[in-house]
Amino acid sequence: MQPGVVVFAIGNRSRGDDAIGPLLLERLGSALAATAHSGEFELIEDYQLQIEHALDLQGRRLALFIDAGCGTPAPLEFYAVGTAPAPVVRNTHELPPQGVLDVYRQIALAEPPPAFVLCVRGECFELGEDLSQPAKAHVEAAWRQLALLCAQPDAALWRAMVTAKNPLQNEICDGPIQGA
Amino acid sequence: MSHQLETAQHPASLRRVAIDTVSRVEGHGKVTILLDERNQVRQVRLHIVEFRGFERFIQGRPYWEVPVMVQRLCGICPVSHHLAASKALDQVVGATRLTPAAEKIRRLMHYGQILQSHALHFFYLCSPDLLFGFDSEVSRRNIVGIAAAHPEIAKRGVLLRKFGQEVIHVTAGKRVHGTGSIPGGVNKAVTLGERALLLGDIYQIVGWCRDAVHLIKQLHAQNPALYKEFGVCRSNTMSLVGPDGDLDFYHGSLRARDGNGGILFDGVDYRDYAEHIQEEVKPWSYMKFPFFAAFGKRNGWYKVGPLARVQNCDHIPTPLAEAERREFADYCGGMPTHAPLAYHWTRMIEMLHAAETIKDLLHDDDILGDDLVRTGERATEGVGVIEAPRGTLIHHYRVDEDDLVTMCNLIVSTTHNNQAMNEAIRQVARRYLDGREITEGLLNHIEVAIRCFDPCLSCATHALGQMPLAVELVDAGGALVHSLCRNGDGSIGQASA
Repeated sequence: MQPGVVVFAIGNRSRGDDAIGPLLLERLGSALAATAHSGEFELIEDYQLQIEHALDLQGRRLALFIDAGCGTPAPLEFYAVGTAPAPVVRNTHELPPQGVLDVYRQIALAEPPPAFVLCVRGECFELGEDLSQPAKAHVEAAWRQLALLCAQPDAALWRAMVTAKNPLQNEICDGPIQGA
Repeated sequence: MSHQLETAQHPASLRRVAIDTVSRVEGHGKVTILLDERNQVRQVRLHIVEFRGFERFIQGRPYWEVPVMVQRLCGICPVSHHLAASKALDQVVGATRLTPAAEKIRRLMHYGQILQSHALHFFYLCSPDLLFGFDSEVSRRNIVGIAAAHPEIAKRGVLLRKFGQEVIHVTAGKRVHGTGSIPGGVNKAVTLGERALLLGDIYQIVGWCRDAVHLIKQLHAQNPALYKEFGVCRSNTMSLVGPDGDLDFYHGSLRARDGNGGILFDGVDYRDYAEHIQEEVKPWSYMKFPFFAAFGKRNGWYKVGPLARVQNCDHIPTPLAEAERREFADYCGGMPTHAPLAYHWTRMIEMLHAAETIKDLLHDDDILGDDLVRTGERATEGVGVIEAPRGTLIHHYRVDEDDLVTMCNLIVSTTHNNQAMNEAIRQVARRYLDGREITEGLLNHIEVAIRCFDPCLSCATHALGQMPLAVELVDAGGALVHSLCRNGDGSIGQASA
């Protein structure tokens, strides 16, 4: 049976803090393996979000995108991907999470599952670099948030845990704004 | 072959327009345009603003790690690097000839990569320009706009991508960071179940690819003048061809033709690439400018990629794609075309060929075999060349007695096209921008010309919050006259000084 929750981690492990998402996903995989929840989650790592990731949303009840942020709030922000159309895609070698949801709407002719973004601030994205010191601290904070989320994979509960509104939309979050 | 508009006589007295960064190409590039007081174009340059540095990064690594490590060069064509590195390191482990199973599984992986990459480029990156128009409303010129106006086309683009990714998954073992290809062969055969899964879809995929060729043909027929004349830049061409002169993306010898289609060299062992190709460094770009050594910097530059490959080969070894190649050649009057927009047509012919080849390989029982690896006499050097989606890709390594890489040289597909892309945008700038007020739509014409080549300008780094595009017009005194800015939230701001 297909897992109900899909978690995407986006980033290139060879580019410094761009590895934040894949490293968190790896840690999540190890943690889930020791629990009875592992069958509820599908974990997907990729360099970039692309149009075909819309198909990975089919049949899910919840989706989470984990990515490194540049110039985003530290240590992290957690927000819901809204229902408004995605902004114009500029660098089309990648889609924002909202763009993936938009493609899903067009392909599946249905609303996508509730989707959220865990954006963890990175500082250095140089080739061949390890995680920066600030990013290591951000990863620890993000791991605490991720563990909380995955212990309660429920859209209503996740909405109550958002820390920010979607920066790509003027959407009003229906959950409280909390410090991370 | 002209280099006009590369360097202006008195650049300090000219207005400067920058397209920074170029959108809807892989990675980041910048175009600068210098205009005089009458808005006449005096200088146009495509700059590559990110230094790759991967060649040094790979030095000191054990050679067996390299095919996996190099996939991190690029988030769009990691399989191309995976296979080019493997081919180079086949020579290091003495595997002069792979087993039939290993070669066919690698081919299957590579043709899956070609299919998914070409589908992404056509349906996702270029179709907005081609279906809506170069200066159409900017908010529609993206895949979401395509999905709204042409939902079936958008859906096919997604499903073609997905199928190509499934082929890669089956052959490389993973969706990303695949480990399927190793020095001397592969480490995984295709199972009966995996073959059945892919065979279930392949006939539909071939049909959709054929439809895509017909779509681009229709677009050419609707506006032949535009498609034949936009950004034309005559040049030499180069690609691998198979032993019978056939189109082959995985293996072969190097063939080059001049702008009229005459053979410059043929049957060249790609391990001797350095005898035929040299690279020029220019102070204003990180990307080098390759040229054929025998013809010099001025006359030796060349194009690679679909337009070069389809016109360089003698035939395509699958029937539907060969029929389309012949029709394309007839349309061009039997002479090579150098129109950048023809890249799209040839790219779709290649996508059809990739789908047909995948079908044939899936019916070949060799891919189920378990004889997967060969080794032989150890060597200290290897060169691997394949035809990646964007063109000829060269990997060259030296390895010491401790199995560590001591030298790495990569010439990636986009580098071969550096001069051609610069020449194409100079033609477009002269034709569309000369003497006119600059608008977003006009600047998109420059980007359309670049996108024809499907350039991959840097590696796969990305982060949320970084997607700017700024265009500035600066007067002769350096003062900002006008600017256009595409913000990270998608809005376009205008400011006049």
